[in-house]
Amino acid sequence: MASTQEVAKKPETETQGRAQAREAAYLLVPPADIFEDADSVTLTLDMPGVTKERLKVEAERDTLLVEGEAAINVPAGIDPAYAEVRSTRYHRSFALTGELDAERIEASLRDGVLSLRIPKRAELKPRRIEVR
Amino acid sequence: MFGFASAFDGGLLREFRRLEQEMDEMLGQRSWPAGVRLASRGTYPPMNVGLTPENVEIYLFAAGLDPAQLEISVEKNLLTVAGERKVPEQKGATWYRQERFDGAFRRVISLPDDVDPERVTAKYRDGVLQITAGRRQTARARQIQIQ
Repeated sequence: MASTQEVAKKPETETQGRAQAREAAYLLVPPADIFEDADSVTLTLDMPGVTKERLKVEAERDTLLVEGEAAINVPAGIDPAYAEVRSTRYHRSFALTGELDAERIEASLRDGVLSLRIPKRAELKPRRIEVR
Repeated sequence: MFGFASAFDGGLLREFRRLEQEMDEMLGQRSWPAGVRLASRGTYPPMNVGLTPENVEIYLFAAGLDPAQLEISVEKNLLTVAGERKVPEQKGATWYRQERFDGAFRRVISLPDDVDPERVTAKYRDGVLQITAGRRQTARARQIQIQ
C-alpha cells in the first residue's frame, strides 16, 4: 500500500520541482558593469522599476547578493498583450574576495541604476615599491 | 501593488508563457505584431505592452536615462522612441564586465489602429518609461442590449 502511495505522490513532487525551476528561470538577472581602480571595485546594475524600499543588497562572508522587486504602475484589469520582461524580480549574486571591504560598501540607486562601490582594504592596496 | 507581477504571472498565463517560450525557442523570436520596421526580441530597451479598454500601455525598461534626451514621436500608428545611454568612461580602470547597454538606441512600436496619436503621454520613473496611448471611443466594445 505504501509503495502505491509513493508512486501516486511522485508525479506531484515532480510537477512542483518543475514549477520551481520554471519560477527560477523567470527571475531577472540584471546586467552588470564591473570595473576596478586603485581604491575600489565598482559594480553598476540595471534594475529598472526598483525603488530604494524594494532593494536588498547584502554582503555575507564572501557573497554579495542583490535582490529587487520592480514596482510598476499598471492599471487594474490590464490585458498583457506582449511581454519581453516576464518577471518583476531581480536577483544576482557575486563572489567577493578577501581584499574587498564588504563592511564599507557604498550603494546608490538612481533611475533604476544601482551603483555599488566596494573599497579595497587599505593594507591591501597596491603599493608602489621604490627601487633604491 | 504587485499588479504588474500578477498580470503577467498568473497561473494560466504561466502555461501560456511556457508555450510561448517553447515557440520562442522554436521560431527564434516573436514580434508584436509582425512588421518590417519592427525589431525583434533582444532589442534595447526591452518592452512590455498591455491593453485596457481605454489605453494601450507601453513599458520600456530603460534604466539610467535622461528623460530630456529622449525622443518620442508618433507617426500614423508607429511610435518611435529614440535616445542614448552613455556608460561613462573610466580612465585607468580595469573592466571585468560590460553587460549594460551603451550607446544610441531606437525602438519602433506598431500601435493598434484605434490609437489616437493626439493622446499619447509618457512618463519616466525609476528607470521605466511608460507610454500611454489613448484609444478611440468607437473602437471600444459596446454592450448590445437585447430588446
